[in-house]
Amino acid sequence: MFDTADLTKLIFGRLTLESLPLHEPIIVGTFAMVALGGLALFGAITYFRLWGYLWREWFTTVDHKRIGIMYMVLGIVMLLRGFADALMMRLQQAIAFNGSEGYLNSHHYDQVFTAHGVIMIFFVAMPLVTGLMNYVVPLQIGARDVSFPFLNNFSFWMTTAGAVLVMCSLFVGEFARTGWLAYPPLSNLSYSPDVGVDYYIWALQVAGVGTLLSGVNLICTIVKMRAPGMTMMKMPVFTWTSLCTNVLIVASFPVLTAVLALLSLDRYVGTNFFTNDFGGDPMMYVNLIWIWGHPEVYILILPAFGIFSEVTSTFSGKRLFGYTSMVYATVVITILSYLVWLHHFFTMGSGASVNSFFGITTMIISIPTGAKMFNWLFTMYRGRIRFELPMMWTVAFMLTFVIGGMTGVLLAVPPADFVLHNSLFLVAHFHNVIIGGVLFGLFAGIAYWFPKAFGFKLDVFWGKMSFWFWTVGFYFAFMPLYVLGLMGVTRRLRTFDDPSLQIWFVIAGIGAFLILLGIASFLIQIAVSILRREQLADVSGDPWDARTLEWATSSPPPAYNFAFTPVVHDNDAWWDMKRRGYVRPLAGFKAIHMPSNTGTGVILAGLSTTMAFGLIWYMWWMAAGSFVALLAVAIGHTFNYHRSFHIPADEVVSVERARTELLAAGAKS
Amino acid sequence: MSSDAHAHAHDSADAHAGTRQGQLIGFGASVVLTAIPFLLVMHGTLDKQATALIIMAFAAVQVVVHMIFFLHMNTKAEGGWTMMALIFTIIMVVIALSGSLWVMHHLTTNMMPVHEMGQTP
Repeated sequence: MFDTADLTKLIFGRLTLESLPLHEPIIVGTFAMVALGGLALFGAITYFRLWGYLWREWFTTVDHKRIGIMYMVLGIVMLLRGFADALMMRLQQAIAFNGSEGYLNSHHYDQVFTAHGVIMIFFVAMPLVTGLMNYVVPLQIGARDVSFPFLNNFSFWMTTAGAVLVMCSLFVGEFARTGWLAYPPLSNLSYSPDVGVDYYIWALQVAGVGTLLSGVNLICTIVKMRAPGMTMMKMPVFTWTSLCTNVLIVASFPVLTAVLALLSLDRYVGTNFFTNDFGGDPMMYVNLIWIWGHPEVYILILPAFGIFSEVTSTFSGKRLFGYTSMVYATVVITILSYLVWLHHFFTMGSGASVNSFFGITTMIISIPTGAKMFNWLFTMYRGRIRFELPMMWTVAFMLTFVIGGMTGVLLAVPPADFVLHNSLFLVAHFHNVIIGGVLFGLFAGIAYWFPKAFGFKLDVFWGKMSFWFWTVGFYFAFMPLYVLGLMGVTRRLRTFDDPSLQIWFVIAGIGAFLILLGIASFLIQIAVSILRREQLADVSGDPWDARTLEWATSSPPPAYNFAFTPVVHDNDAWWDMKRRGYVRPLAGFKAIHMPSNTGTGVILAGLSTTMAFGLIWYMWWMAAGSFVALLAVAIGHTFNYHRSFHIPADEVVSVERARTELLAAGAKS
Repeated sequence: MSSDAHAHAHDSADAHAGTRQGQLIGFGASVVLTAIPFLLVMHGTLDKQATALIIMAFAAVQVVVHMIFFLHMNTKAEGGWTMMALIFTIIMVVIALSGSLWVMHHLTTNMMPVHEMGQTP
């Protein structure tokens, strides 16, 4: 009945041997390196018999602290991939002059810039931000875990599944060649018939489930699980910004899901939502995706603002200046971030009235942001500032972000935007705010909370190396792009005709190389810190003389975070406790009710990955099978009644006694 | 709804909506609100635009009925957080829908000069 071709098509869909990019030496080389590295890692884990440990203690964990750390690891691993893409682009643009084609063909180059954007936003910035929120928020509000611990584990694995799909596209098939938002009509089936856009759609849909659920989880945690006495206006600022960020996630990610679902209907079943003809309107896609996309950038920056607030007040030894105005500024930014989306497409042609409305709302956002900037400055004013690593990142942020903010307000003027739209000026602007704001914030947060998570500080020397390479590298890499943008160079170009532009691209390339050294220094910093953990150890649990509740417990905190739920009387709860001569309770411990680990999250996310893979390659049996299995496992999990256990009082006693001894030893030395 | 909400203590405010009586009222209202648009379409007494508008109005009322009788939402539930979330959602949906309509309407007017297309050389 069947001939072989039909059967192969039924089994493998459109996946053939030609789909493997064997003709691209760069990709084959990368694959060889990744495969060797992966094999070495796999072998090492097997050799040291760590699989069982990893599965029991990490992959299946529902502990918000471990899930937070896993998010951070995911973000850092993906940062390496995203940055490799960035280096490739910088190198290509630095050499593709005077008739040279560079070393990347357009097919590959277009994938590289798309993958760079997608990875950096969805699989670097988002996991790092979510990871810090996951780790810190429950501790800051005096809770033992998040509201839905299993959901938290599931969310993490869904995000990872999205990252796996993107990585998969590098070696099996190809990634989208459309730019990071996959605008139609280019992303429609007629112009992108390959699997690239499908990889894009399904990676984001799968990861989007994780992001959305994690948003729900953290909102619920912050609203329902605060320690007694912690009213809304006594919450730490990082918790406030996390709350607003997660509200933004819950309100905006469904829009992304819907618009990608419409795009996939166009691609899979032949509807015409965003096609050029049959009444479709590609501009509707642009409109809808920016209704998600603009809040998204505030989703990333708000937690960073929270980190800077905590860091500034801790390292200035002062209460945060203007707490109330900080909270209101955050809430105002949350609302305003929904009223500005059109500034991403002023040039689309909605006319003067629409453009001026959105131009003005955009400019208004700079007011609450400016208020925050002054609050940080006034917190530092007359403070006893300690220039530890987190504080250094914060000062670098304040200087850098103001430049990015000003170019942003410049771009908010519609006539100026008509000149600068899609130019390298825009590229420089958003890297200015995302690197100078989000990334510097994440590094400040990592340096600040690392001792809480692991019980030892990060090495200062390599931290400073990383700091200076990153900061100087950033200015070298992106200031030339402002110049080029003003000269009219547009983004995403592969080759250039005008040789006078080359010097600027070479400078930018040098900047990217400096950032490479910054990333290397960061990795060395972590390795060195682990080796020197004895010298860098902190037994007090409060190495920075900090102010919020997460520093009230040990470093790393016990599984249950707090043996007794703290009672809050002040904004800076821990500072207040220290000032009032708080004495740690040493007796009266009770058994603690905790959620149990479960492997269901890993399994569900794994099935989602295979389902997405089946959908991407038209292997319908695989998609359908995975979907049925997905439902079965999800329903099956509802019959799992072993969801919680008690940490016996004896164990709590012994953990707390060990801490007492450590504290005594620390006080003596 | 609100009349007996303040008669109860604050934590029992969402208990009364879950009664059989509440469920039945909700069910009845839903049936009526669904049946009328169906009848309107089947009989076709009104013109198309009026029918569409009426259906949308009934759908909006239906949403409110579901929220009150089946989702047990009121101003007091969960210490007011449910109401807050609802208000926030409505603001967001209104911004997204009205904003999109406004933007896309202007875009169509400005960028789709269909009648002039034949004249351009």
